[in-house]
Amino acid sequence: MSTRWLWIAAIVLVAVAIPWCFYDVAHHRHSGFMISMLSQMGLMVILALSYNMLLGQAGLFSLCHATFFGIGGYAMVHFLNAAGDGSLPLPMEVMPLLAGLSGLGLAIVFGYMATKQRATAFAMITLGISELMATAALMFHHFFGGEGGVTTNRMIDQSLFGLNYASGIQVYYLILAWTLLATAGMYYLTLTPLGRMANATRDNFERAQFMGYDPRVVRFLQFSLSGLFAGIGGGLYAITYEIVTFDALASPLSANALLMAYIGGTTVFGGPVLGAVLITLLQSGVSLLSNSWLVYVGVLFIAMVIFAPAGLSGMIRAHEPIRQAGRLKRLTVPYLRLVIPGLALVLGFVGLVELMSFLTIGAAQGKRLVLFGHAIDVHAALPWTVSIGALLIGGTWLRFEAAHFHRVWESLTADRREQA
Amino acid sequence: MEIFIISLLNGLVYGMLLFMLASWLTLIFSMMGVLNFAHASIYMVGAYLAFTVSRFVGFFPALIVAPILCGLIGAAIEVWGLRRVHHNGHIAELLFTFGLVFIVQRLVQMTWGMLPMAYRVPPLLDFPLFNLYGANFPAYRGFMLLISAGMLFFTWLLLKKTRIGLIIQAALTHPAMVSALGHNVPMVFTTVFAGGCLLAGLAGVIGGNYQTTEPGMADAMGPIVFVVVVFGGLGSLAGCFIASIIMGMIQTFAVVIDYSVADLLRPLGLAISGDTLLTELLTVPVARIGALLPFAMMVLILLFRPRGLMGTRDT
Repeated sequence: MSTRWLWIAAIVLVAVAIPWCFYDVAHHRHSGFMISMLSQMGLMVILALSYNMLLGQAGLFSLCHATFFGIGGYAMVHFLNAAGDGSLPLPMEVMPLLAGLSGLGLAIVFGYMATKQRATAFAMITLGISELMATAALMFHHFFGGEGGVTTNRMIDQSLFGLNYASGIQVYYLILAWTLLATAGMYYLTLTPLGRMANATRDNFERAQFMGYDPRVVRFLQFSLSGLFAGIGGGLYAITYEIVTFDALASPLSANALLMAYIGGTTVFGGPVLGAVLITLLQSGVSLLSNSWLVYVGVLFIAMVIFAPAGLSGMIRAHEPIRQAGRLKRLTVPYLRLVIPGLALVLGFVGLVELMSFLTIGAAQGKRLVLFGHAIDVHAALPWTVSIGALLIGGTWLRFEAAHFHRVWESLTADRREQA
Repeated sequence: MEIFIISLLNGLVYGMLLFMLASWLTLIFSMMGVLNFAHASIYMVGAYLAFTVSRFVGFFPALIVAPILCGLIGAAIEVWGLRRVHHNGHIAELLFTFGLVFIVQRLVQMTWGMLPMAYRVPPLLDFPLFNLYGANFPAYRGFMLLISAGMLFFTWLLLKKTRIGLIIQAALTHPAMVSALGHNVPMVFTTVFAGGCLLAGLAGVIGGNYQTTEPGMADAMGPIVFVVVVFGGLGSLAGCFIASIIMGMIQTFAVVIDYSVADLLRPLGLAISGDTLLTELLTVPVARIGALLPFAMMVLILLFRPRGLMGTRDT
């Protein structure tokens, strides 16, 4: 228990300190790229965690999560504009809660319909809801502003601490505070009877029914509360960017929430945090370098679905029994043996994807593939041969190494399974 | 009147196209419990493949080759993908097909580029079939109707009149018993999944030049097809058929109706003016919110009939 608190304290400390590591002393200002990336991370952490209230904790595969994030954003813009007019005398620090309540309100309406069903039907209904709201956002100008979206000004001069939120760093700390608050709230919810019943209906809804709980009510409550937290995230989004367009509630963002939660791992509470941080890093880093970063995320996602359904955090947690037995060292060599074929496989795959994408999309944009200062001719046979070769050799080799790794893993955990 | 008849025919064409996609989606769902999110992606792949194949050998061979390729892709997805995740439950299968949507989308963009393809109606079918009050009805739409009606007949024949259909029907409800009787149920699943992809490909071949062949076509078609399946009731072919036709009609008729709720209220002496959210909702013409109607219809039917039009079971 105490080590857990240490971990949490360390993470919070890093989150507080990290903007100052990139402080530009010469110009006395923060790195704008870092601040905006960190802020984005905070928003995505809230989105992914609140999504996991559905996918991980209640077993509900929702495709309309961005709807509540977006509605929180739109509502926040209108709240901020009202505050700017002087008609809403509330401090900035509590306004995200209002956005959250907007998310809650909409989630109650849509949740009433969607949670009548579960599993596949639920997924399809939420898909319909997502499309309904996204199309509505483009059509109704009064609330959503159509394609241009709605804009606001966050400097409303109403603050508990006398802040004006002119600079990015102040907004970042506001986001951080709300992220921590929302995370604590969502963690607390997992400990409540509702959280436990959500797990129960996920695992065996018939049995939960026999125990006298209505799974539909449990789903409905969980869905609504997750809408509340998503709305808070959306409100912070509106504060950060001061503009909310239909991107904030369209389906790509819902898909993003799913990818972050799943890749991070849905079985551990902190998993989506890991996923959100990782995907945001990838998004900010790789998307600058490559047109096709979505392919990589998609392939990573499918590979996780097939090989590691517990996600990254689940993979890490699987090492726990081995660590307790003091045998972690015996995994070092098998892990190292995975590295070379794994790298070959990844490089071969990345090479192929990039070659293909430069052949079509890149050519249309007039870009050229440059590697280590050398322009690479995407029509020549050599790069293709090298990539395919690396992919095939790496793949075949990795199969052998993976089998070896599996044997070692089994031998390390065998006696533990016998005990169980 | 001529607008009415032309819209009726167009709605029928679009509805039948929807049914080609939705029917096997619902069939695959009721059999395997898997909702193939990538179904519309296969539709897109079908259109692109047909474009490429038809450049070399012409449209009519492409009409056969492209769907078969799509069927093979479907079989590969089932054997190497879905079977592996099957033991992790239905959510894992859903997630798997959902991930496929991303990959197929990007692969298509990488192979054929971001721009729309010049996939045109074959010259042989590029003439007006008949003339109605001065408006032409293209022969190609008649051809689409023919193909989709033929597909409907084929599906009915397969399910009701053949031995394979009998086994498929049995495997829908009692997979364990069918397996115990010595039938290869996984093989049946693969066949049905591949068959669904084949027909999605066929829909892509005839839909690709009816609409436009571009990387966004799967995203445009996918949600509507899912709405059709939910609206008709999961697992019900008859409901799916009715829902497809209704959605097709709604989509085409909405475009030509330039009235709003406010216009309906005007004869009652209620004039609506002002600039609030409510007046905007009331004064927006139906033509402008056409794209919204299928989803609004889905929400409405869920309020009153949670299982859809003719759905018989929960999931």
